[in-house]
Amino acid sequence: MSHSPAGSPAPGMSPAPPAVTAEGLHVTRGHKKILRGLDFAIEPGRITGLLGPSGSGKTTLMRCIVGVQRLTAGSVEVLGRPAGTPSLRHDVGYVTQAPSVYTDLSVEANVRYFGAMHGVSAADTAEAIAAVGLESLARRKTADLSGGEFSRVSLACALVSHPNLLVLDEPTVGLDPVLRAELWERFAAMAEAGTTLLVSSHVMEEASHCSSLLLLRDGLLLAQLSPAELSERGHSNDLEQAFLHIIQEASVTSNRRGADESQVAS
Amino acid sequence: MNPRMMFATTRRVLDQLRHDHRSVALIMVVPALLLTGVYYLFENETLPPGFPRTFDRVGLMMLAIFPFVVMFLVTSITMLRERTSGTLERLLTTPIHKADLLFGYAFAFSIMAALQSLVATAVAYWIFNLDIKGGPGFVVMIAVINAVLGVALGLLCSAFARTEFQAVQFMPVVVIPQILLCGLFVARDHMNGLLEGISNVLPLTFSVDALQKIADNTEATQAMWQDAGVMAAIVVGVLVLASFTLRRRTS
Repeated sequence: MSHSPAGSPAPGMSPAPPAVTAEGLHVTRGHKKILRGLDFAIEPGRITGLLGPSGSGKTTLMRCIVGVQRLTAGSVEVLGRPAGTPSLRHDVGYVTQAPSVYTDLSVEANVRYFGAMHGVSAADTAEAIAAVGLESLARRKTADLSGGEFSRVSLACALVSHPNLLVLDEPTVGLDPVLRAELWERFAAMAEAGTTLLVSSHVMEEASHCSSLLLLRDGLLLAQLSPAELSERGHSNDLEQAFLHIIQEASVTSNRRGADESQVAS
Repeated sequence: MNPRMMFATTRRVLDQLRHDHRSVALIMVVPALLLTGVYYLFENETLPPGFPRTFDRVGLMMLAIFPFVVMFLVTSITMLRERTSGTLERLLTTPIHKADLLFGYAFAFSIMAALQSLVATAVAYWIFNLDIKGGPGFVVMIAVINAVLGVALGLLCSAFARTEFQAVQFMPVVVIPQILLCGLFVARDHMNGLLEGISNVLPLTFSVDALQKIADNTEATQAMWQDAGVMAAIVVGVLVLASFTLRRRTS
């Protein structure tokens, strides 16, 4: 029911407007510049990977898109509306890196509660729990689950509302390979059905599941490209190697620039 | 305001409490036990004939003070956990209205407070023969309003604490001055001007005043309703203040 027509373009209309657009996005926290001018667009109905070393600004960027981060400058548009617009709260799902669920409630009670914010049915609740493979644990208290199960509860709480845009901060951390593969299959199926997914990760092998990648480093966008382009530009079929190569290339340039700046300053 | 989201929140908070048997037991039993203590504390007092027992005055006020203190503590810790665990931020990315969340909380804890004061009031009336003119229904009503005041102040104070340790420290700041100045220890008209002035604007003062009106009159008086009205207005005011501490967007 939360699939509003505003989010998905009418068939026959081409090209589809981007699901997310950022222009000159800056975020400064205290004296630290977290994001330093980002411009990009995210295609609708696709999986976009947000990759970069820890501390590169991935979480802050996701918070900007979800609309909980105060921007210092620039703008973010989500599904044609400024990020944080009240009507977007029906259309955007967000799963934080640390699972944010009520540990003293059962799996079912958690999913039901977040579902209630979107007026979903009991069937939707059961479906979301099944989607993350926790049917058999539905009545268990969340605190008693293992780390991987725990983070899947958090994911189910976002899936339950059938968002048009799903923002996932490192959703596969701590999951075993089988489960990780299952989740990526689910993400692909959701994208097929028209959901836009933005998934952050620092595991480069996961990049191959995405149709587009945003490479972030030190609050700057290194590149936006497809996995194929990544391996080409990084001169390696191993995406991890390719990514390292691109980062090294970039840090040589920025170190040179940094050295120049510090000379000017001193 | 959306009743569905508000009641979902109430249900969720009660669900959380239900899993915590020890807290439920503490909420239900402790006030009654403390009241028992107060009764035996004044057991051997010698009174001139026709003079009311101290228990009838102090025990009655205790019935209003317990829910206030307990609900303040329970709420400020629960809400702080909600803030620090990330669930609050997550909730605020959903369509829930801040008022749904706050009133959902207030409603859940007022149900607990009503149960708590039913137990405590029953003990006071039936076991210790609390002797006042007014009916027990009004006493429970004032106790519940007090509990909601505790909830509202707890929600507000949780915004100014980063850890549970800090949250507990708000009790001496917010709760104890109100207990000292509400008229329990010294009649308010015997206080010096400054203290009386402060006590005149503290919320708990109005409920103790209302309880005295209940104790002195068989029927509900205009003055009692006025005190209850002022309390309710303060509760709504504090809840509105608390809603300003819920930020959807942070830096």
